[in-house]
Amino acid sequence: MAAKTSKAEFSDALSTSSISSPPSGSELVKDRVFRGLTQGFAWLTVGLVFYIVYEVGGKAMPAIQEHGLRFLTTTTWDLQKEQFGVLPEIWGTLYSSLLALLIGGFFGIAIAIFLTQDFLPPKMEWVFKNIVEMLAAIPSVVYGLWGIFVVIPMIRPAAGWVHEHLGWIPLFGTSLSGPGMLPAALVLSIMILPTVSAISRDSLSNVPGKLKEAAYGLGATRWEAIFGVILPTASTGIFGALVLGFGRALGETMALAMLVGNSNQMSISLFSPGNTLAALLANHFPEAGEKEEPVLMYAALVLLSITLLVNVFGALLLKQASSRLGARGGPK
Amino acid sequence: MNSAEIAEEFKDVDFSQLERSLRHPRTFLSAALSCGTGIATVVACIPLFSVLVMLIWRGGKKLSLELFTALPPTAFEQGGGFGNAIVGTLVIVAIAALISIPVGVLTAVFLAEFGPDSRTASVARFCAKTLTGLPSILAGVFAYAAVVLATGSYSAPAGGVALSLLMLPTVILTAEEAMRMVPLRMKEAAIGMGCTKTQVAWKIVIPTAFPGILTGVMLAIARAAGETAPLLFTALFSNYWIFEEGQSQIMEPTASLAVFIYNFSGMPFENQIEMAWAASLVLVLMVLTINVSGQFISHRSKSV
Repeated sequence: MAAKTSKAEFSDALSTSSISSPPSGSELVKDRVFRGLTQGFAWLTVGLVFYIVYEVGGKAMPAIQEHGLRFLTTTTWDLQKEQFGVLPEIWGTLYSSLLALLIGGFFGIAIAIFLTQDFLPPKMEWVFKNIVEMLAAIPSVVYGLWGIFVVIPMIRPAAGWVHEHLGWIPLFGTSLSGPGMLPAALVLSIMILPTVSAISRDSLSNVPGKLKEAAYGLGATRWEAIFGVILPTASTGIFGALVLGFGRALGETMALAMLVGNSNQMSISLFSPGNTLAALLANHFPEAGEKEEPVLMYAALVLLSITLLVNVFGALLLKQASSRLGARGGPK
Repeated sequence: MNSAEIAEEFKDVDFSQLERSLRHPRTFLSAALSCGTGIATVVACIPLFSVLVMLIWRGGKKLSLELFTALPPTAFEQGGGFGNAIVGTLVIVAIAALISIPVGVLTAVFLAEFGPDSRTASVARFCAKTLTGLPSILAGVFAYAAVVLATGSYSAPAGGVALSLLMLPTVILTAEEAMRMVPLRMKEAAIGMGCTKTQVAWKIVIPTAFPGILTGVMLAIARAAGETAPLLFTALFSNYWIFEEGQSQIMEPTASLAVFIYNFSGMPFENQIEMAWAASLVLVLMVLTINVSGQFISHRSKSV
């Protein structure tokens, strides 16, 4: 009872003091309104994702009804006959991204290991880290221009030699006439390198230092510790990095539109031109007529579903990786 | 045990065995792999230098005042510039920033302050992360469906909407991160003085986190300024100024540096290709300047 009185007295004293006072009625109303407003904006972000799917899906509806699933499994793209199929583009998207992941993933992980396992003084680590991250700042259209005038002329002689001598292997079955899968994949791998290396670096540096020390204590060499202890511990995170890099490669547009050759064919050869979903959109959309537009929207919907799936999978992997390491009590 | 006793204890141990010889396969493999990753890291830096050297070499020699003041050249014309594309890029990016910054920062206020653990927040956070992975061309497809078809014309605002979609997740996620860094004690002190949470957000959290928020915004702007794909069929391209004789053609097709590079890189004329390189140099300088100053701000504010 006594405590209650003193509490009341205390709040009485507070409200009359000039130092501080409890919020007035109007301030409380403002608080409610502002909270509601920010919550509304948070829901707006959520709604946006659904609105994108709805808008693209809605505009694609006529094409979905007309072409159905045949759209995904046929290879002709003929405006006159109104026959449309994106199988070559799906193939090209996956093939170029896989190639890019093979190259970019290898380099990305190598860099991540090199920059987290105390090979270099911290200052040098910082310099290299920033150089690799600067790769991400170059606009993709500039990479495309660079690819046309630097990468293609550079690899053409080597590609010609390989085709001449190893042409019986399907991988080198055609000659490189200019734009093609290989130059596109090379440039693409440079573009996903920063993503892969940055996320792998994060998960590698989250591995508790004690694990490494214990491995050294047992007599492991530096690389035995890396392969036996550090990489397995960080593997979920690194896998997540690769998946996100793959997702980025799937959606990358300009470099591919400029380098892949825009030819509606499927080939396993590294040197043959191909096409991707994103490049198809970039090249056909600006001058699409009424007939082609819903079809392109359908293609966009296919690309949207593939990238959303891959990205959500990657994000879930990374979430799992961080919670797993967190549960182990590793230092952040 | 003193040191003499320790020496006595270990006098028969051959310490030279504890050192690894490089001829031993295990040690050799380790050293070789170290060299391998080092070489891979250096090799990965080559493309960046190659791009920069090409930009300076091929774009730099073309650099002149005319580039910034003239309109794009027609097929066989010599000279010309991309002044309208620079203005167009600035206008489109400004529109994108005007949309994405308020939405992004207010969303981040909710995520960091009002309901960090609420269901709304976790769903919104997940959606923001999903949007990070949205291919840029799909932002363009969406803006085409939602704005171009609705207004009936290719325009700068349509391009702005497309770019704002790409900026939004970066703004949200970096702003939330920055707001979470604000010390709890500052907020507690303000609440102790009788502030509402709204006042805490406006007077404590946003000002304190401002450098971090600004960094995120600048990174987002730098990314948006270089995007091409979403502009191909939202802003399209134009050979004329967006503001002319006091009239703005903002609802008309608008030029941008990125689309200028794309269009001109495929042309069979030497002059046009040189222009594409010069425009690339200007664009990369613009993007890197925004990027580096953004990182400088966050670096400065962290060291204070």
